Amino acid sequence: MAMITADPTDVPQVASFAFTPEYMAKVNELIANYPPGRQASAVIGVLDLAQRQQGWLPRVAMNEVARILDMAPIRVYEIATFYTMFQLKPKGRYLLQVCTTTPCWLRGSEAVMKACLEAADGTTFSVQEVECLGGCVNAPVVQINDDFYEDLDEASMKKVLDAFRRGEVPRPGPQVDRQTSAPIGGPTTLKGE
Amino acid sequence: MPIVKIDGREIEVPAGITILQACEMAGVEIPRFCYHERLSIAGNCRMCLVEVKPGPPKPQASCAMPVADKQEIITKSEVVQKARRGVMEFLLINHPLDCPICDQGGECDLQDQAMGYGFDRSRYHENKRAVPDKELGPLVKTSMNRCIQCTRCVRFAAEVAGVEELGATGRGEGMEITTYVRHALTTELAGNLVDICPVGALTSKPYAYEARSWELRKTESIDVFDALGANIRVDARGGQVMRVLPRLNDDVNEEWLGDKSRHAIDGLRYQRLDRPYVRTKGKLVEATWDEAFAAITARLANVEGDKIAAIVGDQCDAESMLALKDLMTALGSPNIDCRQDGAKLEAGPRGSYLFNAGIRGIDQADAILLIGTNPRWESPVLNARLRKRYLSGRCAIASVGPAVDLTYPVERLGAGPATLRDLADGKLGFAEKLKAARNPLIIVGMGALARDDGAAVLALARSLAVVNDDWNGFAVLHTAAARVGGLDLGVVPGERGRDVAGILAGAQSKEIEVVYLLAADEFDTSKLGKAFVIYQGHHGDAGAHRADVILPGAAYAEKPGTYVNMEGRVQQGFRANFPPGDAREDWAILRALSERLGKTLPYDTLDQVRARLVAVNRTFAALEQQSPGAWGEFGTAGAMTDAPFVSPISNYYMTDPISRASKTMAECVASRQHLMAAE
Repeated sequence: MAMITADPTDVPQVASFAFTPEYMAKVNELIANYPPGRQASAVIGVLDLAQRQQGWLPRVAMNEVARILDMAPIRVYEIATFYTMFQLKPKGRYLLQVCTTTPCWLRGSEAVMKACLEAADGTTFSVQEVECLGGCVNAPVVQINDDFYEDLDEASMKKVLDAFRRGEVPRPGPQVDRQTSAPIGGPTTLKGE
Repeated sequence: MPIVKIDGREIEVPAGITILQACEMAGVEIPRFCYHERLSIAGNCRMCLVEVKPGPPKPQASCAMPVADKQEIITKSEVVQKARRGVMEFLLINHPLDCPICDQGGECDLQDQAMGYGFDRSRYHENKRAVPDKELGPLVKTSMNRCIQCTRCVRFAAEVAGVEELGATGRGEGMEITTYVRHALTTELAGNLVDICPVGALTSKPYAYEARSWELRKTESIDVFDALGANIRVDARGGQVMRVLPRLNDDVNEEWLGDKSRHAIDGLRYQRLDRPYVRTKGKLVEATWDEAFAAITARLANVEGDKIAAIVGDQCDAESMLALKDLMTALGSPNIDCRQDGAKLEAGPRGSYLFNAGIRGIDQADAILLIGTNPRWESPVLNARLRKRYLSGRCAIASVGPAVDLTYPVERLGAGPATLRDLADGKLGFAEKLKAARNPLIIVGMGALARDDGAAVLALARSLAVVNDDWNGFAVLHTAAARVGGLDLGVVPGERGRDVAGILAGAQSKEIEVVYLLAADEFDTSKLGKAFVIYQGHHGDAGAHRADVILPGAAYAEKPGTYVNMEGRVQQGFRANFPPGDAREDWAILRALSERLGKTLPYDTLDQVRARLVAVNRTFAALEQQSPGAWGEFGTAGAMTDAPFVSPISNYYMTDPISRASKTMAECVASRQHLMAAE
């Protein structure tokens, strides 16, 4: 079994981190959700903001979050390493979170994964294998940054990735002729009066 | 109070305690790893499962479940046994089978409990997980594969030591205990991590592979590295002290011990004085006891009593101090002093130099003022107690003195006597808090007293203290283990006698011809002028270098000794092993010397010395007792300078001959400097 990785050593050095004024405003908004003195409750949201600004979470960013929320840095490290959605290593611009749990796997997630792995270059695309994303009815599913792309196969996956590469944002949701999780090709029941 | 039935026996227990605690009260042992009496409850090891009725059908973690009236608790049923066996099997899945080379072997909770609940073979055929070892500084060795993630160390660091530097990162199988940033812990209580770790994940680095617990001779003793008088157990093998562990004493050290007290013991092996020396032609030459005594007798032959002086060291036992005082009295010398640092404390009333409220009194205090002290370095365990008081809430803590991180927030009022004067005049906001408090505690350190205007500071501190029938809030935080015992025995200048400063001045002006140093090294020995110096002690430190005759004595672990801690508690330690070479117990050396000088001291056995102790001061009859000292007028109101209070300890790890000789302590100093440089 591989050594555990909560304490990555092979990450680039980031000299400093500070929230931009726009992000700082959002941080303050989050902190304001909690009673005075309970600012530490905002830690997950503030970490997420830091990750959005930086693209990933270098240690300086976690230290900055700890400073803003008046927490011991180790308490922030604990949280950031616990949740898999916090990225402790630099990622590509688009993080492809490919679901490989049983329903997606039965519906061909292996081919989707293959297309993603071929595209992964570490700068534009990074791939992460994830457990169930909760979109089984539209399996197979890939989460790309904040959006779900559903009902994929190898070809449609490639099409989506190509669009991202061109700088477009493909329409999230089902990549087949289907509205959300409604039947493919339109309604099949209750068609009459 | 709820009445619960434990294994068929009804027992009434206090409300609000947990089932595990109730079971302990009923005398039923519950296995546990993560639960620790002095830490918060985690409930993550699941070893303490019991059946509870009424309640869910599955076994419950007894450490985390409060008792309720009419509860029925079953701890010995087949269900419970099976559940615990299951937990144990899971714990052992990733635990290496390296007990034969593990330092925890023989005193390991996991090993012991696996005897009761372990399966005789493993059903697990996959690879065990591997976890990188962590760097936790020069005192704690890690072997993280052995960790069962009870998080006791994390909770200890955060709650007791007050340094939030340890954490559990990752999740599930990837969870590990780490500092994350790879540095040593910045605490003076790191050694306790080893004690609270229930497995061999955290072991003592200096003691690594040195001995097995069953080879050691265990002796109860008293710590002398600070004035707390922590109760310790000295583990020795052959002629060597292998390690020191704290003993349980809720009144003094609870179950903690400072790093110096625990790990400076390798200093007992180096720089030892193991035979007498006599200075001949400017060089110290090995001698026999006979020759050493002869040299002293010859030098003292025609010296008048008032030209002889004695200075008593900070780690001396009461017996040797008494013998020295008796000898000096017999020689007609009033010049004796146990206050090497020049603290302006007098031998009475007793309340003037005690931590009157007692260590336990800290728990009752509701406002604490620290004057000229850095308790974190002067007594780390006492500082942990202060932190505990802070954590339980509603206690204002302020300090006048050095600006230091005490691991709990302290309102720093100022640096020196001027602030104290303002406080006494009610000019500061904190004065109101002191006035409003029921049990205000005024802790005065040596940084405030060991200075020229110390007596005036003492008087001012006295005026701030509240003393009534239930409470004496005047507390002196000593740094020398021998100090209170010395003051109790009146080891202070007699009539027209000289104190340490006077002795040194006299030595330079040749009014003092002979100076007897009883393990006294903490002053500028170059000021001894041309005096004939007799050094009786255990280490070749400052005093021995200047000496004309060296009489090798015993260190604290090598003699039975009586010590009085800062709260006035008389405690006795036993001898763990013998002093090296020709060295002898200190009171016996003085007794032998007195005979050669024709002033034979009236005691031949330790019991007789101790009887004399009691005759001199009744306090010594009441072992292990603590009560506030007699109250009265003390201190001398007067002018104070503006000089800020400075803690007498500038380097926690090296304060005395033993810790200065210790390689482990040198490593601690280097590690701490490295950390400071990194920041």
